[in-house]
Amino acid sequence: MKLTLSSKAIFVLAAFGVLAAYPLFAGKFGIDLVNKIMVFAVFALSLELLVGGTGLVCFGQAAFFGIGAYATVLLSAQADAPSVGWLLPAATGAAALYALGVGALSLRTKGVYFIMVTLAFAQMAYYVVHDTPLGGGTDGIYLTAKPVLGAFIDLNKPLVLYAFTLATLAAVFVFLAVLSRSRFGRALAGIRVNEQRMRATGFSTYPYKLAAFTVSGGIAGIAGFLFAVKDGFVNPELMSWHFSGSVLIMIILGGIGHLRGALVGAFAFALLQELFQSEALFGSFAKHWQLGLGLAIIASVALLPRGLVGLPAQWKERLVGRASRRAETAEVNP
Amino acid sequence: MSSADVLLRGHELTRRWGGLVALNKVSLALERGTLHAVIGTNGAGKSTLINILAGEVPPSDGLVELLGQDVTAWSQPRRARAGLGRSYQRNTIFPTFSVLENCRLAAQARTPKPWHWWQSAAHCAASVPAAEEAATRAGLQALLGRTAGVLSHGQKRQLEIAMCLATAPEVLLLDEPLAGMGAEETERMLALLTSLKARHAILLVEHDMDAVFRVADRITVMVNGAVIASGAPEAIRSSAEVQAAYLGEH
Repeated sequence: MKLTLSSKAIFVLAAFGVLAAYPLFAGKFGIDLVNKIMVFAVFALSLELLVGGTGLVCFGQAAFFGIGAYATVLLSAQADAPSVGWLLPAATGAAALYALGVGALSLRTKGVYFIMVTLAFAQMAYYVVHDTPLGGGTDGIYLTAKPVLGAFIDLNKPLVLYAFTLATLAAVFVFLAVLSRSRFGRALAGIRVNEQRMRATGFSTYPYKLAAFTVSGGIAGIAGFLFAVKDGFVNPELMSWHFSGSVLIMIILGGIGHLRGALVGAFAFALLQELFQSEALFGSFAKHWQLGLGLAIIASVALLPRGLVGLPAQWKERLVGRASRRAETAEVNP
Repeated sequence: MSSADVLLRGHELTRRWGGLVALNKVSLALERGTLHAVIGTNGAGKSTLINILAGEVPPSDGLVELLGQDVTAWSQPRRARAGLGRSYQRNTIFPTFSVLENCRLAAQARTPKPWHWWQSAAHCAASVPAAEEAATRAGLQALLGRTAGVLSHGQKRQLEIAMCLATAPEVLLLDEPLAGMGAEETERMLALLTSLKARHAILLVEHDMDAVFRVADRITVMVNGAVIASGAPEAIRSSAEVQAAYLGEH
């Protein structure tokens, strides 16, 4: 069987290779930062399944992330050294369960109404943890015991956690890639492009959308688990609409419709944030980093309509366009 | 004509939008092996009729029977799975997918297998051959790899039909398939429709009168939401009522 690798596959393999090799020459700060970005990348991939894969713009994805994180912290308090073997599925399941409920109701709506309803459900979750004793209120809760995986893998060690996060990111990426090529994934793509035709052909589109919504929520829950384990601390801001907005910006920045767009977007967003927060570059303006970040995002949306992963195609079109325009004028004026 | 031959029946279908009666007690029956054309001026209710038969719009009154079953309360996808295919007046294709993928996705509705998430759809043993066959029947076998969005208008209309055929329907509801077509494309489409007659029951909504009189076995004429005449083409052509209300205007 001949196996040819497209340039996209090579890019993804190279990216994972770089991530795997990164700890060899990075310091503690770098490893911590890239670990955090990889968690956001898992989060961004979960949203990409909905937005790029199914055409559902969800503005409440942070709720599932936050539920995964809070479930991790609350359930880990039950044991001294909780095993990842049950803690991760439990956190994922909690997030997926909420996604099932939210999806069952919000998928009855379409377009702008859908966006607002998903936001409303996320705000609901936010206020439950913010204002009730259930989630420790605005103070948040600390993770009392870091989970372990088997006898040898102690997630307390930064390098082990980094490797675990990288492995999880790779697994989620491969899963979504396989899913997008499956009949289920193609049906989601059909729903995105022309839902009316899908229904006329015989697809009951609601169950497909609900399944995608639930899987997406579960994956966001996995990202929440990773975040809780890394930081050892969760607070209500993890469910805020600002965070829902940030992850949406990540996939727009990277390029909607491509899984590697979620990867690239998460890194670009986080690195831009680091850039504008850098006092070395901006001095006292560093405290107004949100302004710089916002302007950068506006610029990229205006200049990169297909996101960062669309850059090669954009350059190619400009080069080919320029060359063919020259050819045309050469014919007219020999 | 035995009732076993009737694949789709609409019985006294009525649709009201507030005070407006869009469809007034319209009845019709589609038999296998026949092409039944519905003609009428704009606003006569033809689109509403197709939408009700397809299941996109519920009737205010009346009954829809598909293959002997009462499907009035059935959703559109459910009717499609039971053998009701529909094409649209405006191209309702997947412009970013290839011609083959358009047909394959349509064929997948028959064998959805959503749980087999590890299997690649492109290698689906059921939907790929069904798609190739449907595309070939519609005359698109040379264009399988082409992106649907760059096809000519006539080819897109052919794809509309191909996607309909990919689900292996018993009944075809075709909404103005000749819309926007030139003479040569119209000829090809009429030949296709004639070839489809043998295996299916076809309802054809059309404005092109020449085409209608060439391929239809039965014609129903609608004016202002009601049927004013229904019968063989010759009877319709010579009917004074129809000429006054509709044909005479052309």
